Amino acid sequence: MKFDDEPVPGYPLPILPGHTSPGRLERVLRAGQFAITTELAPPDSADPQEVYDRARIFDGYVDAINATDGSGAHCHMGSLAVCALLTRVGYAPVMQISCRDRNRIAIQGDILGGAAMGVCNVLCLSGDGVQAGDHPQAKPVFDLDAITLLETARTLRDEHRFLSGRKISFAPRVFLGAAANPFAAPVEFRAQRVAKKVAAGAQFIQTQYCYDMPVLREFMRRIEDLGLLEKVFILVGVGPLRAAKTAEWMRANVPGLHIPDAIIKRLADAGPNAAQEGRKLCVELIQELREVRGVSGVHIMAYRQEQTVPEIVERSGALAGRVPWYPGRDNSIPETRIAQ
Amino acid sequence: MYALRRWSVRHARGLNAFYHGFENFLVSCNPLWRLIGYERLERPMAAVERIVKGALFDCQMCGQCVLSSTGMSCPMNCPKQLRNGPCGGVRDNGHCEVRPEMRCVWVEAYAGATRIPGGQVLLSNVQHAVDRRLQGRSAWLRVVREKTAPPA
Repeated sequence: MKFDDEPVPGYPLPILPGHTSPGRLERVLRAGQFAITTELAPPDSADPQEVYDRARIFDGYVDAINATDGSGAHCHMGSLAVCALLTRVGYAPVMQISCRDRNRIAIQGDILGGAAMGVCNVLCLSGDGVQAGDHPQAKPVFDLDAITLLETARTLRDEHRFLSGRKISFAPRVFLGAAANPFAAPVEFRAQRVAKKVAAGAQFIQTQYCYDMPVLREFMRRIEDLGLLEKVFILVGVGPLRAAKTAEWMRANVPGLHIPDAIIKRLADAGPNAAQEGRKLCVELIQELREVRGVSGVHIMAYRQEQTVPEIVERSGALAGRVPWYPGRDNSIPETRIAQ
Repeated sequence: MYALRRWSVRHARGLNAFYHGFENFLVSCNPLWRLIGYERLERPMAAVERIVKGALFDCQMCGQCVLSSTGMSCPMNCPKQLRNGPCGGVRDNGHCEVRPEMRCVWVEAYAGATRIPGGQVLLSNVQHAVDRRLQGRSAWLRVVREKTAPPA
């Protein structure tokens, strides 16, 4: 799918009726296409080229790239800066904002700044606790939580004012997202929490890794019962597992990650071909998810194996022949521009 | 105290009913409070609140109590101070991601809310951003003042 009015990088698309952002992700979702997003691990570096090298891996396979904000409470290049670099060449990033490190003054400033740099999508998160990261001695902020952060962003966008009431002259035109973990306790409350996030302004949801289809289906059924399918786009998180051992380690150490024993057994049975089996499993999950009512896309998280994303997307057939925009797709932008 | 805090959630229904009676009593005493002066009452009332709610709920004195909406489990005991529901990091055994020895305050809140009439609905209410200036002040007096304030 190609938009007739595809913009020059850094220049926004016109906002269509009923849309809140000039971004491509909102367009793809509202057009009813199965969207694919992924995650860019920000470098531990001040070199912009490392960001471009990491983004380029996904060229032609994803609709948007999430720039994580100190995920796992580890220090990396900031999400606002990664987004600013990506929008320079026309990528559509999702700026992740976590409440762990900044208070409402800093966060509102970042939303305005991000939007000014061409960020069209913001993902509002509570954030992992500092104990999970490489600076456990840091002060956790948590001035806002994910839901009050959504409210704050929506206030900026729709009411053209800060939380304090002070007016802003040009509102950030952003598509607001939130996270959900359908697999964590209390499972019965998870859909209701999505409803709260939607009430606070969430327009799309990206979920935690899904390896358990029955639980996911039950979650989606509850979402539908709450009448949320017309109000929010759900992108389910998926990712390739490298080996049974890695899966077991992740299950024990990554907060909120749920991997059924059957999945681990399947990887263990594959022996030396476990990585291949992990990718196959991921492809199968995407294909299954495409058939689930209310699932609008997938969010592929392939930490430290980003190079597998194109193959997974290709094999899943989820793009149905679509080639998402990337710098140079239409040869309208010289390749050298990216290398600058 | 952790054990007492969990007892309070188990008895959310009774405590909630008691609180509503108590709140009505406080509201009815409004003329008296006005006579004494709300600012003069602030410190002693906050001290009582700190002791009573501190014992029953491990109250953190945020000054804007939402216990009735959170199944009598104080959300300010969440290490992330989440006031709108559990984060995605809750462990399979229902314990906290940050403090593994503690049960998630929102797993408790969900259980408590099922015991309070209409608790599930209250749990779905979006709680707005906390006003950090109210830290250490009396939430009870604030409620009475709000309920007795002349309509704007």
